[in-house]
Amino acid sequence: METLTFNQKLGRFIVNWIFLMLVWIMFTTTFASHEILIGLITTGLISLFSIRLFTCCNISILSPVKIFWMIWYLGVFTVALIKANLDVARRVISPELPINPGIVKFKTKLKTNYAKMVLANSITLTPGTLSIDIVDDTFYIHWIDVKTTNPEEAFKEIAEDFEKVLLKIF
Amino acid sequence: MTYYEIIGGILITIGSIFLFLGGLGIYRMPDIFNRLQAGTKATTLGAMSLILGVGIMEGTWEWILKSFVIIVYIAFSNPISSHALARATYLRGHRPYIKSEDKEKMDAYREVVENDPKRKEVEV
Amino acid sequence: MEYIIYLAFALMTLGIIFAAIRFIKGPTAGDRVVALDTLTTISVSALVLLAAIFQRFIYVDVALVYGVLGFIGVIVIARYLEGAL
Repeated sequence: METLTFNQKLGRFIVNWIFLMLVWIMFTTTFASHEILIGLITTGLISLFSIRLFTCCNISILSPVKIFWMIWYLGVFTVALIKANLDVARRVISPELPINPGIVKFKTKLKTNYAKMVLANSITLTPGTLSIDIVDDTFYIHWIDVKTTNPEEAFKEIAEDFEKVLLKIF
Repeated sequence: MTYYEIIGGILITIGSIFLFLGGLGIYRMPDIFNRLQAGTKATTLGAMSLILGVGIMEGTWEWILKSFVIIVYIAFSNPISSHALARATYLRGHRPYIKSEDKEKMDAYREVVENDPKRKEVEV
Repeated sequence: MEYIIYLAFALMTLGIIFAAIRFIKGPTAGDRVVALDTLTTISVSALVLLAAIFQRFIYVDVALVYGVLGFIGVIVIARYLEGAL
């Protein structure tokens, strides 16, 4: 396990606390003062005990620039999701099933595990691709309509838009 | 009818159409990887749109927050479970259905299963 | 409004029927689990819609818990098929 300085611990604790408190408010869907009080105590204790386990990032994730890029990422992702579904709908409905499946691979520049997880999840929900495995920095992707087996070109087709934004966040 | 109900009704219709397409895709596709593709994508957007539609149709902020929780949860959990299933199926020894002639080149994951000691195929 | 809800339920039922055929027919265990996952997602949506129709807010919590349990079930079966359990 890595050793953390006090400042890093404090940053992770605060990020955890804010995130868990948001989840608490969403689950209880009320602003009554006793609910908020119990929520503050419970989520504070949980984030105190899970500093090492349950954290992706330190306090710098809350800076306005990064939050702007997160919202931008949500936009990019939503557009890709809708495109993906129209694509799937076209393939499912058409009588002769226009598919040419195969597995391709490419390398990513992302470093942290959380960034790779977000990228893999996004790839699964975007047009015609399904992430099968990540080995170190190589992604293995099942592609429903293979256009190229060259790793660089496959990377350009599948993941470039997402990675550009993710590199700014993580 | 209020505007909330009109927007909610449209979203509910879109969502149910995509849920239906997810079921149809699961039925029609030739092998498990393609079934996962159709099933995951179509049902994810279908469920998200339908639940958001219900939240908007009811129109109170409790409903909208709660439907938002379920939407976020589905958006995170569905891709993870489909990824786990895809890897498990491959390690179980099922090879993807490949249409083109060049079968070696179209299956890049095989090299990992053959060389990586952590990802051995399961003896069935 | 009523007609939209009837239409939604009809479409969801058709989806459930197709997924259930795959669940019964599916040649491998993996196919059955995929069908089960799809059935879970459709059921969660149906529960939320029912909550709106019956005006019972608590059904939404039921749907959330059902989604969580279905997800955990799929992950456990996948890990088992992989030989990791």
